[in-house]
Amino acid sequence: MFKDISRRNLLRGFSISAGLVTVATAQQVHEAVTEQKQTDQGFTLKAFNPHEFKTLQCLSDLIVPADEHSPGALAAHAAEWIDYMAGNCPELAEIFTGGLAWLDHEMQRRYGADFVDAKPEEQAAMLDLIASQKNEAPENAPGIHFFRWARNLVLDAYYTSPIGIKELGYMGNTAVSEFHVPEEVLQYALKRSPFA
Amino acid sequence: MLQIQRSAEVHDVVVIGSGAGGGTVTKVLTDAGINVTLLEAGPMLHPMTDFKEHVWPYQVDHRGAGPHAETYFGKSPWGFGYFTAPAGNWTLEGEPYTVAEGSQFKWWRARIMGGRTNHYGRISLRFSDYDFKPYSFDGLGTDWPVSYDEMSPYYDKAEGFIGVTGTKEGLRTAPDGKFLPPIAPRVHETLIQKACQRLNIPCIPSRMAMLTKPLNGRAACHYCGQCGRGCHTASAFTSSQAMIFPAMKTGKLKAITGAMARELVTDADGQVSAVSYVEKATRAEKKIRCRAVVVAASACESARLLLNSKSPRFPNGIANSSGMIGRNLTDTTGYDLSGYVPALANLPRHNSDGIGGMHVYVPWWLLDDKKKDFPRGYHIEVGGGFDMPQIGYFHGADGYGSALKSRIREEYGAWVGFSGRGEMIPNANSYCEIDTGTVDQWGIPVLRFHFRWTEHEINQVHHMHDTFSSIIEAMGGKPEKKPFPTRGADAMSIGGEIIHEAGTVRMHDDPKQGPLNRWCQAHEVKNLFVADAAPFLGNPDKNVTLTIVALAWRTAEYLAEEMRKGNV
Repeated sequence: MFKDISRRNLLRGFSISAGLVTVATAQQVHEAVTEQKQTDQGFTLKAFNPHEFKTLQCLSDLIVPADEHSPGALAAHAAEWIDYMAGNCPELAEIFTGGLAWLDHEMQRRYGADFVDAKPEEQAAMLDLIASQKNEAPENAPGIHFFRWARNLVLDAYYTSPIGIKELGYMGNTAVSEFHVPEEVLQYALKRSPFA
Repeated sequence: MLQIQRSAEVHDVVVIGSGAGGGTVTKVLTDAGINVTLLEAGPMLHPMTDFKEHVWPYQVDHRGAGPHAETYFGKSPWGFGYFTAPAGNWTLEGEPYTVAEGSQFKWWRARIMGGRTNHYGRISLRFSDYDFKPYSFDGLGTDWPVSYDEMSPYYDKAEGFIGVTGTKEGLRTAPDGKFLPPIAPRVHETLIQKACQRLNIPCIPSRMAMLTKPLNGRAACHYCGQCGRGCHTASAFTSSQAMIFPAMKTGKLKAITGAMARELVTDADGQVSAVSYVEKATRAEKKIRCRAVVVAASACESARLLLNSKSPRFPNGIANSSGMIGRNLTDTTGYDLSGYVPALANLPRHNSDGIGGMHVYVPWWLLDDKKKDFPRGYHIEVGGGFDMPQIGYFHGADGYGSALKSRIREEYGAWVGFSGRGEMIPNANSYCEIDTGTVDQWGIPVLRFHFRWTEHEINQVHHMHDTFSSIIEAMGGKPEKKPFPTRGADAMSIGGEIIHEAGTVRMHDDPKQGPLNRWCQAHEVKNLFVADAAPFLGNPDKNVTLTIVALAWRTAEYLAEEMRKGNV
């Protein structure tokens, strides 16, 4: 049987037993590396214009939507994070501004509307084209290339956020006094393995 | 005009380098009451601010991608990622090296107090009896001047001090030691053990330098799986926290950081009289006199220092009349293969962190097989479980939408990985020498590397691929399709990538076959010792660090005794 120790209690315990960690300095560490940006209040765009940002938000919502399991990339502020990163990296900004422009141009050509204004089935048709490696062809190459970047960054933003970590179900990065695997989990795997 | 600041003070022992070897020598000597002056090229380590364990990716603005999205464009300055404990890299600003035409080599430098021990994998395996007498065993390589029996008491001391988990198994290829309690296998590791059992491959509890019980004032592990990031509680071994910091409290240690050793100066009798180094902050030249010097700068860096220490008596570098310094460069072989295991799909979530590394491993099992097409062997490291999500974790996914979310959820924790780490037989085409045409930012001539794998290593890696595929299939899984070769020298690690360099300043009873004697003392310069992996005569399928500590311990005890007797 193992017991979960909250990080605060852990650090307090160690300050007594090991003499190597004090609660005050440990909190200083986390303050030094922690910068919580509240993106809900007063978010200022750094790399994209409002239209580009709105398109990126739309795209992120389609890549990782909210569903019955969990909130999606919108709630996880994926577009805000990509804008922040692009603001510090011109090469990244170019990939996105270029790719978003390509996307709008293609949508205009096919459906007479920008990506954000197109019908859901039109948006889906475009994504079905550029979201899959198997559709690789010269005319689709820019779209496939851009979508790969967009998907990678949206997935990165989502799964490194509290929402994404919870959706995955990661339960680590904590402190326990003993390592233990729940028996029912082991049985789950064994039953479905060649060793049942 | 160079201003060399000389000091009149004669230091007892100058130790160059603060990693596994330098840390051990510093501890043993200061424990014996001997004054040590330690030169470390990097800065001091401050665990509280340098180690990023327990930091969630979202607690950093860039989430680990780098402030300028470096990792997305292959420009990451961090060898193993932003969150890893302070490490060096294979490329260091101002510290170049060259590689000969037709060779491939990557040279890691860790520049911080504690060196590579701050970020290493902590796999702690004793060399076997035959590893010390390889030529006697099968006619390849060169016998060491020491045997396993002579090293065993020092392995006892090393394990006893560091704290190594494990179980007694009675396997010749995995000599038993003094172990702390092992850690229970994770779910994927239990499946791997069962698959191995079907294939008659041993898969035993791993031997890791993480504490499952408190030891020497270091707290027991709290199983957060983040050892690679550094450990505030020193539950994972580092020479900085376990050896250097306590040595500082003895009052016998003077640690000088930001000090790049330039050369060893000899007197009229051919003994080391002083160490010349660069104070990096000011670029001032300093010279400190010493009674003895222990060089532990890592195998190639130690060879470089000796080769650059030229004098009329030693035109090819101090203690190098044999011409052997720099020769017989080796690194561990490396090969990885992953697989998807359906039995682990949608695995019920639980905390699988454990220690930051494998809880089980496979020691070499075909030692007596005469039919295989390569000598010696390799061990297998395993990976899997629920990792903390990081940047890049889901790159390469296909599709989008709820289907993508669902697939990611299903596959999380269902991938297993195998890494082979095998023996390299020293060869005549693998060595380092001074590139006289190139200097680093302090004017110190750099190393030029020559390196080549032979059929021994290439065939060994083919065997790894086939074995890993078999294990994955025996678990009901499917090996990944690799986008790059699975055969030939291109399939395996580049020399230096595994960061286990050894052999460049050999120990041997015959001065013509090795610059050092059986005590890692230079034959020609009695007050010069080497205490990293440079003295090794081979590079077996057991990671080098535990043996570095054991050998350095033995060297330090010998040095202390020789000083007590007045011989040094």
